[in-house]
Amino acid sequence: MRTALKLISFAGLGLTVVPSFLVFVGRITWDTHAALMLVGTVLWFASAPFWMLETKPRA
Amino acid sequence: MSVAPVSQQSLADRLDAINEFDREPVPPDRLQGPGSFMGLFAGEHLAGTEFVIGPLFVAHGVAALDLVLGLLVGNLLAVLSWAFITAPIATRTRLNLYWHLRKITGPNLLFVYNIVNALMFCFLAGSMISVAATAVGLPFGMAMPKLNDVYPNSVGWVLVVFLVGIAVTALAILGFQKIAAAGQVASPWMFMVFVAAAVAVLPKLGVTSVGDFWRVASERIWTGVPAHGVAKFSFWHIMFFAWFCNMAMHIGMADMTVLRYAKRWQYGFLSACGMYLGHFVAWLASGILCAAALGDVAPGPIAYLGAGVTGVVCVVIASWTTANPTLYRAGMALQTISPNWKRWKVTLAAGAVTTAAAIFPALMMRLLDFVALYGLILMPMGAVIFADYWLLPKLGLRQRYAEWKSVLFSWPAALTWVITLVACWVINAVWGLGIFFLGLPGWFIATVLYMGLSAIQQPARAEV
Repeated sequence: MRTALKLISFAGLGLTVVPSFLVFVGRITWDTHAALMLVGTVLWFASAPFWMLETKPRA
Repeated sequence: MSVAPVSQQSLADRLDAINEFDREPVPPDRLQGPGSFMGLFAGEHLAGTEFVIGPLFVAHGVAALDLVLGLLVGNLLAVLSWAFITAPIATRTRLNLYWHLRKITGPNLLFVYNIVNALMFCFLAGSMISVAATAVGLPFGMAMPKLNDVYPNSVGWVLVVFLVGIAVTALAILGFQKIAAAGQVASPWMFMVFVAAAVAVLPKLGVTSVGDFWRVASERIWTGVPAHGVAKFSFWHIMFFAWFCNMAMHIGMADMTVLRYAKRWQYGFLSACGMYLGHFVAWLASGILCAAALGDVAPGPIAYLGAGVTGVVCVVIASWTTANPTLYRAGMALQTISPNWKRWKVTLAAGAVTTAAAIFPALMMRLLDFVALYGLILMPMGAVIFADYWLLPKLGLRQRYAEWKSVLFSWPAALTWVITLVACWVINAVWGLGIFFLGLPGWFIATVLYMGLSAIQQPARAEV
């Protein structure tokens, strides 16, 4: 379960950052990039808290 | 067990009660490895302020080469300060700043230090409320504050700041731990948003290949020409700002509280994770966004320009996750003034001060000056700690004299603090040295002063 959550989180981070490079090289529009970033954001916040906050308390 | 009424408690008791769980050195089984510190530094130095600082560099007309070199060198000096000044004392004493400083200054001077710190926290949180307001007000077509604005420019701005202030204060009262956890989770995502937003606007600036970047950076982003009415920044401004913007944390020793958990003093070098991700990449990214927005410095609109709704959400989260713990800490420090008040009432009062300050956009637009002032004001106490730990023994003087003599108010530390700040003011007024640079001469002045005044205080050279 934890591995699956991590995979979803990293996919979310990927969707947040990769589309911007596709805008840069002219492969997608800015609107598509903005929409994909939003999806990536939802994926990140829907999955990351469940595994990040399980780790031992920090200083 | 009977407990003395709060009103009858001494100032020292009240102050100590707030920190009662942090009096002892960190035990060996609670020390943490390098991974914790990498995450901690990276998270703490990627905040709402980064959306403001990068654009302000653009507005101050720094040239591209000066910016990149200034950030590289200044951040390196900051990392070295954490590694060679803060971490060695933190890992030897294993105490937080509060308890270590108390042994040197006595509880009453520490009380004054706490109040000053709390006020600084309020203003820092206030600037974050202003930053968040630029994002929250965006969908409502609110008029954004301009670079040289001092007073609020519309009723809409005042209303939005007021609403954001209420929300931030309520969350600081109700759910500090949850907000702190949210900040921890948000950090990696925020870094990606900074990078993505900047990369996505590069074509708008005329960058169509990697080879174009430096030319466009020099001609259209960091042009070397300041905006109307603001001072021009050079390599030296950037270098000293990057070094001293966290002066309260490294040279001022506040990060003893964090680094006391480090297994080795060398973990101070891990501050590079925060410096080069937050204070290099993120500042460059927000500067690019500012240029793409034709010089607009309001964080909400520039983030929207690069990342759409996600950018706006990022500005709000980055601001709130900075403002809430800051406001909470301000409330804790201020509680020593009014021990009969509940914590929530004190935090509410701190929130009111913070929100009132946030209404003035100058707090956000002059963030560079404020951050420099914040570090400068707290720096002398860091120099006192440094001198007490390393230098007094070499002079045959006793360390932690206030603790040894049960002194409530250390006059050498107090005079060092006041005289250093007065000396910095004189240097600024007479020689015109800017606020970013004052920390360097100030630190040496404070160190020498404390040694001299301690020698006067301890006439018979005590055993160390």
